[in-house]
Amino acid sequence: MTVQEQSSRTAQELAGQPDEGLAAIPEEKLDVRSERFYYAKQWELIWWRFRRHRLAMISLVLLIILYLIAIMPGFASPYLPQSRFEGRQQSPPTKVHMIDENGGIHLPFVYALSRELDQKTFKYIYTEDTSQRYPIKLFVKGEPYKFWGLFETSRHLFGVGVDGPPLLLFGADELGRDILSRTFYGSRISLSIGFVGVLLSFFIGVTLGGISGYFGGIADEIIQRLIDFLLSIPALPFWMALAAAMPRDWSVTKTYFAITIILSIIGWSGLARVVRGKLLALREEDYALAAQAAGAGQPRIIFRHLLPGFTSHLIVSLTLAIPGSILGETTLSFLGLGMQPPAVSWGVLLGDAQDMVVVAQQPWRMIPGLFVVIAVLLFNFVGDGLRDAADPYAM
Amino acid sequence: MILYIVRRVIMLFPILLLISIVSFIVIELPPGDWVSNYITNLRNSGIELQEEEAARLTAMYGFDQPSYVRYAKWMQGIVTKGDFGWSFQWGKPVNDILRERLPFTILISFSALILSWLIAIPVGIYSATHPYSITDYIATILAFVWVATPGFLLAFVAAWLVFHYTGFSPLGLNSTDFLDAPWNTAKLIDRIKHLILPIVIIGLSGTGATIRVMRANLLDELKKQYVTTARSKGVPELTILFKYPVRIAFNPLFSTIGWLLPAIISGEVIISVVLSIPTMGPTLLRATLAQDMYLVGSIVLILSSLTVLGTLISDIYLAWADPRIRFEGTGK
Repeated sequence: MTVQEQSSRTAQELAGQPDEGLAAIPEEKLDVRSERFYYAKQWELIWWRFRRHRLAMISLVLLIILYLIAIMPGFASPYLPQSRFEGRQQSPPTKVHMIDENGGIHLPFVYALSRELDQKTFKYIYTEDTSQRYPIKLFVKGEPYKFWGLFETSRHLFGVGVDGPPLLLFGADELGRDILSRTFYGSRISLSIGFVGVLLSFFIGVTLGGISGYFGGIADEIIQRLIDFLLSIPALPFWMALAAAMPRDWSVTKTYFAITIILSIIGWSGLARVVRGKLLALREEDYALAAQAAGAGQPRIIFRHLLPGFTSHLIVSLTLAIPGSILGETTLSFLGLGMQPPAVSWGVLLGDAQDMVVVAQQPWRMIPGLFVVIAVLLFNFVGDGLRDAADPYAM
Repeated sequence: MILYIVRRVIMLFPILLLISIVSFIVIELPPGDWVSNYITNLRNSGIELQEEEAARLTAMYGFDQPSYVRYAKWMQGIVTKGDFGWSFQWGKPVNDILRERLPFTILISFSALILSWLIAIPVGIYSATHPYSITDYIATILAFVWVATPGFLLAFVAAWLVFHYTGFSPLGLNSTDFLDAPWNTAKLIDRIKHLILPIVIIGLSGTGATIRVMRANLLDELKKQYVTTARSKGVPELTILFKYPVRIAFNPLFSTIGWLLPAIISGEVIISVVLSIPTMGPTLLRATLAQDMYLVGSIVLILSSLTVLGTLISDIYLAWADPRIRFEGTGK
């Protein structure tokens, strides 16, 4: 940033900032408005600004729900991912009713289904047996599972209980497995790979970007060319090629980390750019010089003095980098190059339904794809909101 | 101008070198070497390879030598004879496999790029001249959703919709009736019908970002004083818009080819797999699944080089259109 730009920004800040900032203070604190603003910590300011961004707020709440599901898939889903329901292969989503045959209104319930094979079309026809209602209950007892591998429990968030008919809200696959439970269990891999992958990219990006931005010179030149190179090659063929080199007989955990590394090999370059750009601007600031004069070493200057200056920008970049990892994993697993069954991820579930005929006859098999789209959208919205809020002192 | 082109072309070589090294690392990554794997596979399927044949293969690919020698051999083959190596999976030279597929990749990617501009430029102009209007919001939301949807899912849903509503199956390059038919107008029309869907899907995947770039640039341009001056002189609004700001806003579009092109090539790979169009995509997938690494490495090499060359062309165009870039760094 040039001196001129900087001074004009400061002027702008002086002129525009108080009003803008005051507006961000919640109404209930109106009486202490001015004081609250001037004493507020940076994180409080960011939070106030972020809260005004309604779409980002809603997205954040939904994201937290998604991650809660990913953390406790056993509790959130009614069944285990591998349990099969005999006679319910390729079953469409179970219909949830609130009004019975006679027009009586109840809490949500389902009917038992009976199946017949149409001799002409060879399609299964399901008919509802309306004689008995099975209400959907909360905290119901079902199949036992291990909660975080710690203790065994059989409580599920919702379900119809052991004696009820299978509750397949998203339908079943060709082995009669509940797609909803599989989608919930799949979120473990699909949603965590975004975080783990970005964390790895973050370390590489901050280290290399830091070296590049702070030291400059030859190191900067080499790292910049490397970034240019990585940004210029098409990511997917490169990922596919690297995934191809991965032995097929690796365990789920090994494959998981290998994919994380593969995705990060390209992923760090964008982050390194942000770090470098910010460091280049910040190292010219007076306080960096002051720290140097006070005898601080270079690592201390970078990590203690400069890094906190743009942590918020880093978080924004991280949030916006996560969708790339999620899409990358989904695509690789869909192609059969990423996670392999019996591991469940959204990409694996979509890969199961690869055939156009399957999609045409069982459109509900695409529901995990909907989850991918929603998760990526939510991250983008939250990232957008954070970007606006990241610099609370700016306009 | 010529000086600029020469400098730009010289700068290309280190990047191409880096690409070739990375592609070669990809070839060398799987444990074990190709020839011994190949021989083991043959043995497993009951074919006994002669000792001298095995030795000949080993020597041919230099597996008895260090890896840099193998790299040099591979590069030498490509540069001097255009020979990319041998595909163990197909039992054919890599060249023969890629020769029929590369043109489709280029055709589809190029058409997709053009299409994405044809859509993005008018929408971007409209969004910038009517900011915060309903159309602007709709375009923004669509762009967001489009970016969030994995390409293969789009291709899937689109192909299914087309099939469901028109009864036309957009998979492959030709309908089954035409597969063995000689070339005639009907077959050509059928071929074009099959190419429309992939081009539209790949093209649209780049559209969202391009709309945003076009909109942002044009909004910046429209705020400038020369626009106000022109307006105060009574120049008609449309003339103002198309005479200067739109033309200036075009330039960043070209400079973003550098990252649009990798995205389009990636999109082409995955969407061709879903729609089973015989381009580089499905070939790469099959090769990766079979760990046919010379084919994999060659495809990565070719696709990356294509991207870099595309970027070069856009840079040269940009320098031709904008003298500020042409003279950058020459100190004059």
